[in-house]
Amino acid sequence: MSEKESIYLPMLAELVRTEGLTERERLFELKLRNGDELGHKPGQFVEISVFGIGEAPLSISSSPTKKGSFEIGVRTVGNVTNALHRLEKGATVGVRGPFGNGFPLDRLKGQDVLIVAGGIGLVPLRSLINYVLDNRGDFGRLIVLFGARTPAEQLFLDELALWRQSKDMEYLETVDRGDENWKGNAGVITTLFPLFDIAPEKTYAVIVGPPVMYRFVIAECRNKGIPDDQLLLSLERRMKCGVGKCGHCQINNVYVCQEGPVFTYSELKNLEEAI
Amino acid sequence: MKYEVITKEDFPSFVNGLLSEIEVVGVKMKEGKFHYDKIKSYDELCLDYDVTLIPPKKYLLPPKETLLKFSLGGAIQVEPSIDATPRVILGVHPYDIKAIELMDAVFSDSNPDANYMERRRNTVIVGVDCRNPSPNAFCPSMGTDTTETGFDLLLTDIGEQYVVAIGSEKGEELLKKHARTREATEADLAQRKAAQEEALAKYKLSIKAAVEEIPELLEKNYDHPLWEELAAKCLSCGSCTMVCPTCVCFDVQDDLELNLTAGERFRQWDSCMLQGFAKVATGENFREDCTSRLRHRYFRKGNYMLKRYGKLGCVGCGRCIGACLAEIANPVEAYNRLKEGS
Repeated sequence: MSEKESIYLPMLAELVRTEGLTERERLFELKLRNGDELGHKPGQFVEISVFGIGEAPLSISSSPTKKGSFEIGVRTVGNVTNALHRLEKGATVGVRGPFGNGFPLDRLKGQDVLIVAGGIGLVPLRSLINYVLDNRGDFGRLIVLFGARTPAEQLFLDELALWRQSKDMEYLETVDRGDENWKGNAGVITTLFPLFDIAPEKTYAVIVGPPVMYRFVIAECRNKGIPDDQLLLSLERRMKCGVGKCGHCQINNVYVCQEGPVFTYSELKNLEEAI
Repeated sequence: MKYEVITKEDFPSFVNGLLSEIEVVGVKMKEGKFHYDKIKSYDELCLDYDVTLIPPKKYLLPPKETLLKFSLGGAIQVEPSIDATPRVILGVHPYDIKAIELMDAVFSDSNPDANYMERRRNTVIVGVDCRNPSPNAFCPSMGTDTTETGFDLLLTDIGEQYVVAIGSEKGEELLKKHARTREATEADLAQRKAAQEEALAKYKLSIKAAVEEIPELLEKNYDHPLWEELAAKCLSCGSCTMVCPTCVCFDVQDDLELNLTAGERFRQWDSCMLQGFAKVATGENFREDCTSRLRHRYFRKGNYMLKRYGKLGCVGCGRCIGACLAEIANPVEAYNRLKEGS
């Protein structure tokens, strides 16, 4: 990159489709104005601008195997995400990125992949799941665990329906609290762990969810014998710049936007502030 | 390094020569304190001062800086904004030069920050050795009371004359163009050394640990009760970070004019001591308690920056000691306490 090019200047993108996922989450499909591919890896993030409101770091939800556009799944939590939800098809937003390291695809190739998604942790993991499905021969088993608080908070319902039927993956789901129509598992995501067996030496667990979920899921994965450097976690932090300058995402001496957001548990267990 | 000598009689015409071609900021006195400001003539300039309230950082990383300008009427248009006014900063003390070297490392690292880099390229640093250090300064402990790098020119007061160390071609050209100088002799350099040693003897505070020990001293004491003790008195006001020459964290926000079409994105100084610094939109705050914030600041200065940029994040200026409302920000006391306990 030329030193004279501003690292803070976003590319412009058009909102080509938006779709409600749940009461609080929407999917946005974006197309860069200059016609370029975003060129991301699963697990990377972008800084999305709603000009006049601000910029927020958001996970990319689509797989890079899907060409021509990319998707983000967004919960209404702050100024920018609320403003995004008010935008309609055809609106222009700013995009910087992709940023961060993403999931280590090279290490996952040829291995069994155990995905553990808590709530909107499924948004970035969907990028990896679809990448594996689109390159099915490159990977071993694909086991996906998805936990939501309630059935109404499950997202990507059409894809979940396909995954339940799919022969390319083993899909297990649970909700913390079911309702009268829920016939599946009820309980937190760790209650799914007794339901499957793995070959730990060739299994990589990829875990994304709310901070509180991590320590319990890590314990379950270690119980199953998965080594610490095969436990991959993506961490959420405040990020104002995405390029290692603003200081907000620091965990001890680590910049999450630069060295992360994906870390192995071996890397994190000695970082006091990580989880 | 080349050294020239300029007499104090000739010095004003050098400054006024600079003023004829470029913006010059220097240290001025204001109500008994010192601050950097634009100068119009040599007479406003003060070269013998202890420490300024705010470091010269404000000219390289302004407290508030526009990053983008955008217009939202019709098709959205976005333009980057970079203010890189050419400027001489005159009279920078060695510890602040060291701090600028650290900022250079931060902003040139991996993703160069064009706003900073352009401004830095257009900034000439004329330093001056500190003759009368602030009572809060502990530069010798940090190895920052003098410097051989990071400046275009560096003055040392040797009585009736200044020895001028030449740190860059740009500095040499400006000196040649605007000043009458002569080459420094062995005797001049001996006087320069004596002046630096005289100043060295005036520092009142010192850290009992060697500077090389500090990173490990912190690492060994991550859970030391000191952090909690200090945090119990800390107001989380961020004063220590606002005056710190190596604090570079910033927040980014958008601002729209009342017509709701023209707007800008700006960054402004932020502080890791403020309660919401690490808080994300969902409400999770990754450094919610003051102890973790205060410890983070110490570790960032004394350990993390060294690991990442190869330079310690404290230059011993002592501004935090003077600015702290609760009178607890004192790196000397903190490091000495850790050293004694280790």
